[in-house]
Amino acid sequence: MKRKLRYIAGFSIIAVGLVILFIVSLTCGSVRFSLAELMEIFSGNGDIMGKNIIFQIRLPRVIASVLLGGALSVSGFLLQTFFSNPIASPFVLGISSGAKLATAILMIAFTGRGIILGSVALVVSAFIGAMSATGFILAISGRVKNMSVLVVCGVMIGYICTAVTDIIVNFAEDSNIINLHNWSVGTFSGTDWVDIKIISVIVTVCVTSAFLLSKPMTAYQIGEGYALNMGVNVRLFRLEIILLSSILSACVTAFAGVVSFVGIAVPHIVKSLFGTAKPLIIIPACFLGGGVFCMLCDLIARTLFAPTEIGISSVTAVFGAPVVLWVMLGRRRRSGV
Amino acid sequence: MSILNTEKLTVGYGRKVIVGDVTFSVNRGEILTLIGANGSGKSTVLKSILMQLKKISGEIYIENKDIEKLRLPELAKKVSAVMTERIAPELMTCREVVESGRYPYTNGLGILSATDREKVSEAMELVGVGNLAFNPFSQISDGQRQRVMLARAICQDTEIIILDEPTSFLDIRHKMELLNTLRKLVREKNLAVIMSLHELDLARKISDRIMCINNGISERIGTPEEIFSGRYIADMYGLDGDSFDYTFCTAELEKTAGNPEIFVIAGGNPEIYRHLQRKNIPFAVGVIHENTIEYPVAKALATEIITEKPFEPVSEKSVEKALEIMKKCRSVVNNCKRFGTMNGKNAILLEQAEKLGILRNQADF
Repeated sequence: MKRKLRYIAGFSIIAVGLVILFIVSLTCGSVRFSLAELMEIFSGNGDIMGKNIIFQIRLPRVIASVLLGGALSVSGFLLQTFFSNPIASPFVLGISSGAKLATAILMIAFTGRGIILGSVALVVSAFIGAMSATGFILAISGRVKNMSVLVVCGVMIGYICTAVTDIIVNFAEDSNIINLHNWSVGTFSGTDWVDIKIISVIVTVCVTSAFLLSKPMTAYQIGEGYALNMGVNVRLFRLEIILLSSILSACVTAFAGVVSFVGIAVPHIVKSLFGTAKPLIIIPACFLGGGVFCMLCDLIARTLFAPTEIGISSVTAVFGAPVVLWVMLGRRRRSGV
Repeated sequence: MSILNTEKLTVGYGRKVIVGDVTFSVNRGEILTLIGANGSGKSTVLKSILMQLKKISGEIYIENKDIEKLRLPELAKKVSAVMTERIAPELMTCREVVESGRYPYTNGLGILSATDREKVSEAMELVGVGNLAFNPFSQISDGQRQRVMLARAICQDTEIIILDEPTSFLDIRHKMELLNTLRKLVREKNLAVIMSLHELDLARKISDRIMCINNGISERIGTPEEIFSGRYIADMYGLDGDSFDYTFCTAELEKTAGNPEIFVIAGGNPEIYRHLQRKNIPFAVGVIHENTIEYPVAKALATEIITEKPFEPVSEKSVEKALEIMKKCRSVVNNCKRFGTMNGKNAILLEQAEKLGILRNQADF
């Protein structure tokens, strides 16, 4: 009973945060709107400029930050479960950077020939990059069971991919670089309604699938051997988890570039808030929590030094990195290692 | 009727055979224990039965159905397990860990029904961890952990439970508690239990039948009486047959070699022999009856020993032999508080030692 109350309280906090931040994000910016003005615009009145700002720029951007933030958090939670490693995430394991490298190669190769790539092509290339990086990580994790070695390897893969991306960017033509650079620091800006459609389809399908895997995931959290004994097809399950988390992080990278630390920070904050790691509760909570977190970070990124925007990763790192430290120190204290 | 049986089962990792020719059956209401040295392949056999490892050849049947033809969720309703893998589920209470045992019976999202919850509570009460329900699993002791895992296996409601070294990490009280619970379970629910144990004495006490894994095959299978008769057990573990106590299944440390320096007059507690062994002093013992509690220890640790057949009075011949050895020793220690009908002649040894002035107390060494 006490637990149920805590779950309800947790979801309420996230929901309130979601609503408040949603409104604040829409009203704040280079042009400020009052709540009344906002209502006016949404009811179909209001001036053209206000409508344009809200419907063509801010609303898609805010929706993108919610969906992609949620996607990253769920992806992080899936990876943490998969590797039974509390600091696994698409960023730490180099999966985001792999996706970024593949996308950069594709972008430069095609825009150089005058072809502008569609969003789907970007997602596919990001997915290929993400899967390659994951493949490396899986090969390593098959050999070493040590948690920190795995993380170090992931960070190294991330560095290598980032370095190669930088080199490629150096050889690219000017027009590509501007395009690429903006994207490579990570940002939710420039998202349009077509992107939103693609993002929502991918994210909805993946997050729903992940949620439907809650049951085997609970069994898997107890241990691989036990999961099998409970009737889980562990091989298939592992494949599903890896695919889902890779698609999710590829989708984020394709549309917003590399966004750091969300994948670790949000699942941990959510787990402490709810006092459980039950996938049935945590997957939806992660999704919503990730949305709130990224919406907040994006708001800070674009308003703190307005009119200059800072990269979204700079903000997520400031909030996310301390969480990682807190997790590591906290675990050490709890387990007494 | 047997509930699980194997035929010429060969198990191992990949193509590497660890144990071959495993043929056994286990009945309802029976405990079958696997014993064998470290690395002999007990766990490999158990993991293969649990389908965690792919068997290399041979067959495993549950109720005469080929296990490979069973779907995983069906198998989950037939066999449950307590494994050696140390689990560290994040933020889970003990009850949540036990609840996972109901997995094969719950709906698509794994939400428990009222019946499921009842079974969970029942299983937790049965093994005595009902009071731990809301404790975090990561903060309970090894003994409690093992019982929680047993409760988990019990509420999976299977007729077969497989346990891989369930008593490791437990102190003697928790070992006994766990095995008592297991016995009770087998009796009350008519379950079949297959487990591996390292403690031979416990295996002997709890098992209905024992299977010995040695030299890459299941060498013997039989009742504890059959397995623990003769020198087989010591041979199987590569132990020196003299240092092993076949009655209590314990082994002594290596004896100190050399000519005996001390002669111990037998007739008391075996601790003196261990004391001298720890001090690295070679010693002789006599005259000792072969059916006394000190005999196995003396036999394991003494360099020379003069014995008498059970229930026969100590003969003059034996005493003479003992005197001969005693005279070559530096000192004599008397381990006998009272000489009775059967060992009356040992008093002669004490007398002689006093006369020779070589009688010492144990405390002197």
